[in-house]
Amino acid sequence: MIPTRRTRTTLAATTALAVVGVLAACSSDDGGGGTGESTGEAAGGTYTWWDPYPQHEGSSDWESRVQQCGEDAGVTIERTAYDTTALTNQALLAAQEGTSPDVILLDNPAVSTLAETGMLTTVDEFGLDTSAIDANLLDAGVLEGDAYGIPIGANTLSLYYNAEILDEAGVDPASITDWDSLTAALAQVDDAGHRGITFAGIGTEEGSFQFLPWFWGAGADLSQLDSPEAVEALELWTGWLDEGYAPNSVINNSQNTVWEEFLTGDFAFAENGTWQVNSAAEAEFETGIVQLPGKDGGVAPAPTGGEFIVVPVQSDTARYDVTRQIVECMTTPEGFVETANTFAYYIPPTAEGQEQLLAESAGDADLEPWVEAVQNAKGRTSDNLGTDYPKISEALWTAVQNALSGAATPTEALETAQADAEAARS
Amino acid sequence: MSSTPTVVGSREEPRGAAGTRPAVPHGRRRRRTLNPSQWTALGFAAPLLTYLVVFYAYPLWRNIDLSLHDYTIRAFVQGDAEFVGLENYAEVFSSSTFTTALVNTALFTIGSIVFQFAIGLALAVFFRSSFRLSNVLRALFLVPWLLPLIVSASTWAWMLNSDNGIVNSVIQAFGGEQINWLTSPDTALLSVTIANIWLGIPFNLVILYSGLQNIPGEVYEASSLDGAGPWRQFWSITFPLLRPVSAITILLGLIYTLKVVDVIWVMTTGGPGDASTTLAIWSYREAFGTGMPSFSPAAAVGNLLIVIALVFGFLHLQLQRRQEAS
Repeated sequence: MIPTRRTRTTLAATTALAVVGVLAACSSDDGGGGTGESTGEAAGGTYTWWDPYPQHEGSSDWESRVQQCGEDAGVTIERTAYDTTALTNQALLAAQEGTSPDVILLDNPAVSTLAETGMLTTVDEFGLDTSAIDANLLDAGVLEGDAYGIPIGANTLSLYYNAEILDEAGVDPASITDWDSLTAALAQVDDAGHRGITFAGIGTEEGSFQFLPWFWGAGADLSQLDSPEAVEALELWTGWLDEGYAPNSVINNSQNTVWEEFLTGDFAFAENGTWQVNSAAEAEFETGIVQLPGKDGGVAPAPTGGEFIVVPVQSDTARYDVTRQIVECMTTPEGFVETANTFAYYIPPTAEGQEQLLAESAGDADLEPWVEAVQNAKGRTSDNLGTDYPKISEALWTAVQNALSGAATPTEALETAQADAEAARS
Repeated sequence: MSSTPTVVGSREEPRGAAGTRPAVPHGRRRRRTLNPSQWTALGFAAPLLTYLVVFYAYPLWRNIDLSLHDYTIRAFVQGDAEFVGLENYAEVFSSSTFTTALVNTALFTIGSIVFQFAIGLALAVFFRSSFRLSNVLRALFLVPWLLPLIVSASTWAWMLNSDNGIVNSVIQAFGGEQINWLTSPDTALLSVTIANIWLGIPFNLVILYSGLQNIPGEVYEASSLDGAGPWRQFWSITFPLLRPVSAITILLGLIYTLKVVDVIWVMTTGGPGDASTTLAIWSYREAFGTGMPSFSPAAAVGNLLIVIALVFGFLHLQLQRRQEAS
């Protein structure tokens, strides 16, 4: 037996050695790509930058905009683009390995999630002034009183309409000021033989994102999902489905599908975002937007979309100086407007930036309602929900799905949702 | 790979046992002669061992580790997760989603396997008699296998769309009513199962077809001389002789089907509500489907799936052993 045991020991030892060797090779590779490069290159050097815009390639305007900010600070920026969801996961993994990039552009509801892990620096620590940023936009990145990032622009939802269908059905878009007038318009469109409205009720964050303007527009609050106001909002949606004003397929619609449906020209209305403005202008029919109405009139607060610029904690704090210059380059009023122009219709988050954008694009009437919509918008993680928001949102979209599919009444669905949300938050 | 150390070990054991009394010189000589070859054996096995440890053992261990700690995202980054024992499992078992997901997993898996196997076997038998174009046709049946899953799943989702889908327009053309395939809680699971059956047929066809090639033609000749018709031939020859291949096909199919995420996720994201949520979908949603990753419950559900697959694996081994013994 002795030789056998010896064999096993050597075997184990060799394996262990080999594993250590492989792991060591891996980790030294990682170090090279991450923060390790700063050594020996005090001035100059490479700064890493992650953003969720894979559609903008190496030769795009956006890439050169990012590079310009690096050049101004005397460094090279190495930009990596991820898909939005993948970016959050990558950021978490990198933080765990201690290889965070210098700058991340992060979807706003993810900011408080990452801030919660302690991997982000606060804006105060960084000495950046956020007083000019619209409070409703900055709020999405605030956790327990500290801001963890600065919005580089904002977008939100509105109601697009097909002007030709509305003309035919005799609906004046200006008459849509509350839920009743909207539903009346849908009935009129339906009578004229067209489809009424399409929106996204998919079982992901997009579903909650699209439902929130109605939820908030009824006066409901995310901390009480089963309030009578919330039930009213959900009944508005289920009512549209029951009447046939909205197709049954909205239950599985993503926002992209909604837009594709709208572009077919069959639908009078579609709920969609700022990012479709260019596509709407190129549609084969005339389009316009009306603000999403609140239940009893006024503009409903739509959720804010858009990215925050955040700075992960680095072990080498000497890098912060240059990082600050890069962040400042992206967040001056001129910087905001430039970003807004690079991405079509990304509304600047400061009053000054908004004025400048409107002045520059004078005569472009398309933009004004969007600036108004952004001013009325509300962060999903605000109201001090922070990292509770994703759990609440999951419960909310499940309720929307259950009610729309007829698995439960709106009241039942929202009661279950409230119970689930409470269980998840505790 | 695992054979190398066992062979070395088993060769030594009897010698060591037999040679305890005259041992010393023998032992020395043995050490001198065997060591280099042992080292060589080890050297050859080392890359593979490393590979197995790094890519199999470590992830498995890590998954168990995740499920036994409370990995909030903060703990995930800071690496200071609290040990909670089986609390995550308790949470999973007591969740209202658990029963739904378990039942859905069973229905989805059994439904998929039964139909995939039956249709695959029927096609395999059909293609056994070669006729003109049979090779071309057989190749065409492999298309579902070759398409990227995202493509086939999206195509199915379009076809089954409530308002604009081709399936509903055919049904309505014949006077039927619109069926909300993917958006009704009654049919969502059925729809994804149908899509998954279609995806799994080629796999069953290929394996069973190659199994059929191993049944000697003389058996069929002899049976037809005895006056057995095609139906009798199938039940008395094809089916029994194909049993070992069938068993492994079903086992592999079971393991593939248990862990299906992509098809369901693309078609319904497990919805509406939880109507088409299986254990695999639930695990994925917990970890990556919301804005707040909860890795620990996700890992617990994942481990549950591994255990279920293992149980069926052992069941298969047991059956095989009994078969060989008889």
